[in-house]
Amino acid sequence: MTKKIKNLNLNFGPQHPAAHGVLRLILELDGEVVEKADPHIGLLHRGTEKLIENKTYMQAVPYFDRLDYVAPMNQEHAFALAIEKILNIDVPIRAQYIRVMFCEIGRILSHILNVTTQALDVGALTPSLWGFEERETLMTFYERASGSRLHANYFRAGGVHQDLPAGLENDIAKFCESFPKIINDLENLLTDNRIFKQRNVDIGVVTKDDALDYSFSGVMIRGSGIPWDLRKSQPYDCYSQLEFKIPIGKNGDCYDRYLCRIEEMKESVSIIKQCLSKMEKGPIKTFDGKISPPSKKEIKQSMEALIHHFKLFTEGYRVPKDEIYTAVEAPKGEFGVYLISDGSSKPYKCKIRAPGFSHLQSMDYLIKGHMLADVPAVLGSLDIVFGEVDR
Amino acid sequence: MNNLIDLEKKINSELTTKINKTSIKHNQIYVEIDKEDLIDVVLFLKTNKDIKFRQLIDITVVDYPEETQRFKIVYLFLSHEFNHRLILSYTINENELISSLTSIFPSANWMEREVFDMYGVNFKDHPDLRRILTDYGFEGHPLRKDFPLTGHSEVRYSEEKKKVINEPVKLEQNYRNFDYESPWEGTKYIKGISEINDKKN
Repeated sequence: MTKKIKNLNLNFGPQHPAAHGVLRLILELDGEVVEKADPHIGLLHRGTEKLIENKTYMQAVPYFDRLDYVAPMNQEHAFALAIEKILNIDVPIRAQYIRVMFCEIGRILSHILNVTTQALDVGALTPSLWGFEERETLMTFYERASGSRLHANYFRAGGVHQDLPAGLENDIAKFCESFPKIINDLENLLTDNRIFKQRNVDIGVVTKDDALDYSFSGVMIRGSGIPWDLRKSQPYDCYSQLEFKIPIGKNGDCYDRYLCRIEEMKESVSIIKQCLSKMEKGPIKTFDGKISPPSKKEIKQSMEALIHHFKLFTEGYRVPKDEIYTAVEAPKGEFGVYLISDGSSKPYKCKIRAPGFSHLQSMDYLIKGHMLADVPAVLGSLDIVFGEVDR
Repeated sequence: MNNLIDLEKKINSELTTKINKTSIKHNQIYVEIDKEDLIDVVLFLKTNKDIKFRQLIDITVVDYPEETQRFKIVYLFLSHEFNHRLILSYTINENELISSLTSIFPSANWMEREVFDMYGVNFKDHPDLRRILTDYGFEGHPLRKDFPLTGHSEVRYSEEKKKVINEPVKLEQNYRNFDYESPWEGTKYIKGISEINDKKN
């Protein structure tokens, strides 16, 4: 007698705590082994690119906060850099340090979230409780600089919106002293933890060739042993003046990616310290009145400043006809903006290249042959945030 | 190939007939080709040992509705080894089929699905050409310039029918697109008004 065995189709998500958002993953299971994974995305699609086409360059910035909402300023950075390159304007050095510092804060924010929730997905609760406390501290830094914990809208073409408030630099410096201890605590909990290792070592292995073919970037490519980081290889803003190391993995599995993220947090702390020590008083945005708005005081005194202010907040600044792709090393990988300007004050096209999109695409390749229980582990190490995947 | 100018020369000399135009701008190389040569050019870019554009970063489309060749298809490539970026593009008509890159770069799969979803550009030999970002049963291609920003339909829960329904968008007030450009720089509405006034007279 032969028994007919049918593969089981399982719907993972769209509301599943380990799906890291609204992912609907359709899994085809043979017993407990995953045969095929088909992610359905787009449940958080808001048409960001279409909206940006209908907004002026300055109005488009907040949309970037809403992409990868755990590291908002890193996205704004890519957009600001793209406009700056087309307009060919220089950014004052203080503004560059502020931007780099907040990008590194964003990187820590994102990596804390990822490392601790990955641990949560495989069964460890405590890391997320400890990690989120630190995230809260970092988000107050965001709030003090920009007025908002999450949707900062802080970077501008030509600099940043406003200078840091008094005392913020000291508090960030204090955080840099206390935070390495928290990283150590997290490492004590996880790095040699038997359960954590059993769940992550040799799971979701990516070879070097496949990492390239599947358009991986960021930790996903470094975990596989390819030393590639845009901050080093195509430095933007003041990264070329800072010293930092690029941690790379060896085996390309979930565990190596976790280790990379931990090391990157340590490097980020060192970058923030360097920024703080090198930062000097000075202007924080370009003086060009056609691009950056005048101060309140100037508006009261100068007719020209008043006109500039009015034009900037109605029409916005114009960007000459051009086509450019600019990428930054966001915490999750290469975040790029492909911008086409047509000489008006609104972008003709703005394509957002989100790292998570290509990472999630490889889900089928990564999970094939693994057990069902490995799905959250792999998904966790991909570092998916649906704001950027669905745009 | 460590130099961008050498790279441009190399691409031009190896692929003479297939290249329409190359240029260097913003430290990136822009290459324009014909639709038919896509596969050959991409294979050359990926495999040639002096170029090695091993990674496909993204695929996208630019819509120019008033032109006969309406869509410009854009491919972004990255060479880790030589640290270069290349932007490859060609134009097509609205209903033309284009070749899929999925056999060369597996990552092209979703990128092409997104292009299909957003612009309605069709790919031949794509293994799984479905919509990706929009809702199940969605109609139209949102990133086309003639698709309205507000969309055509909206979703809500209907208390009478006790289910989620799709219905045409109803707005209390239409989306307003203000024209802020200075009148002395040739704004359209000023011209329009003056024409109406002329007719009245």
